[in-house]
Amino acid sequence: MPQLDFTTFPNQIFWLLVAMIALYMILSRVALPRIGAVLADRRSAITADIAAAEDAKQKAIAAEEAYHKALADARAEAGRIVDQARTEMQREVDVQLAKAEAEIAAQTAESEQRIREIRASAMDMVAEVARDTAREVLGVFDVTADARTINAAVTARMKQGSA
Amino acid sequence: MAENGIVIRPMDQFIVKPLFGGDVVSWYTPTNVTLWMALTVLAATAVMVYGARGRAVVPTRAQSVAELAYSFIYKMVEDVAGRDAVRFFPYIMTVFMFVLFANLLGLIPFAFTTTSHIAVTAVLALTVFISVTALGFILNGTKFLKLFWVDSAPLALRPVLALIEVISYFVRPVSHSIRLAGAMMAGHAVAKVFAGFAAALGAAFFLPVLAVTALYALELLVAVIQAYVFTILTCVYLKDALHPAH
Repeated sequence: MPQLDFTTFPNQIFWLLVAMIALYMILSRVALPRIGAVLADRRSAITADIAAAEDAKQKAIAAEEAYHKALADARAEAGRIVDQARTEMQREVDVQLAKAEAEIAAQTAESEQRIREIRASAMDMVAEVARDTAREVLGVFDVTADARTINAAVTARMKQGSA
Repeated sequence: MAENGIVIRPMDQFIVKPLFGGDVVSWYTPTNVTLWMALTVLAATAVMVYGARGRAVVPTRAQSVAELAYSFIYKMVEDVAGRDAVRFFPYIMTVFMFVLFANLLGLIPFAFTTTSHIAVTAVLALTVFISVTALGFILNGTKFLKLFWVDSAPLALRPVLALIEVISYFVRPVSHSIRLAGAMMAGHAVAKVFAGFAAALGAAFFLPVLAVTALYALELLVAVIQAYVFTILTCVYLKDALHPAH
């Protein structure tokens, strides 16, 4: 069995030590620090990216909140403006209504005044017509009466009629 | 082993020969051991240095392999031996890469498997054993001996257990080295025997060839597993030196 050929042992052990020391130097000086640095870089890059993503998410949430707040504010403002417009319009309507009523009242009063005047003038004309008629009637019967008597009689009869 | 004139010598593949002729193997003679150890170092360097040369944040395939090996052993050291064992990570990585690539390169036909030699694995195991024992005494002083004194056992049993613990402790380098060398040697010898059968059987040659194919797949697995086992045992022994309490 060649494994138990002790004459080759010093040779194998010597070259094993050479190989192990060479590999240890290569790995510990070059390979392992390099790979370790790459892994650490990647870890920190991933951590930074996750932090950035978290940050962006927070910003998005804040933006959404700001949007909702702006929307609510705008709604409240719109409601306020609508209320204001409504009250202003109501006030205007009230003013116009009051003015219209006043005008109508004034016109009514004027109309009543005119009606009274018309009625008064109508009564005068009735008296006139009555006097003329009375004179004509008396004229037919060949009776002359002075104007004063006729006036007094007509006035008395009209007072009687209207009473 | 003569059969139809064909001689099967399954152990010849393990003979240490000088590279440049001659029969004398003195301690410094460049031999096939030198060649295959140099190739092992080169292969490990190719993966760990050349493969990872890009230092890319998004790794290439070669860099992924190097990072995988690094992370795998780093995590093993951290999990098995504890966080304070990380300072020995470069040495454990060296052991792992050396054994892994020695095992894998040994599977190339006509290759010489350096880890199939007890001289090589014994030096690897004894280096671990001696340094771990020295480290245990340096870090813990005489408290390191508590490793052999099982406090949780009944007092009467403790001396018996201590004897068993001491024996098992000193058997460690033996099992550590013979496991690796034995697994490598057995697989390669069996492959060679089957290959010899293929030459001897004539028309039925395909049966041993199929067997060698299956065996080769198994040996590939064994090569990686033995490297893993050798490394994880190193971590387990290192843990005893750092934390000797049971």
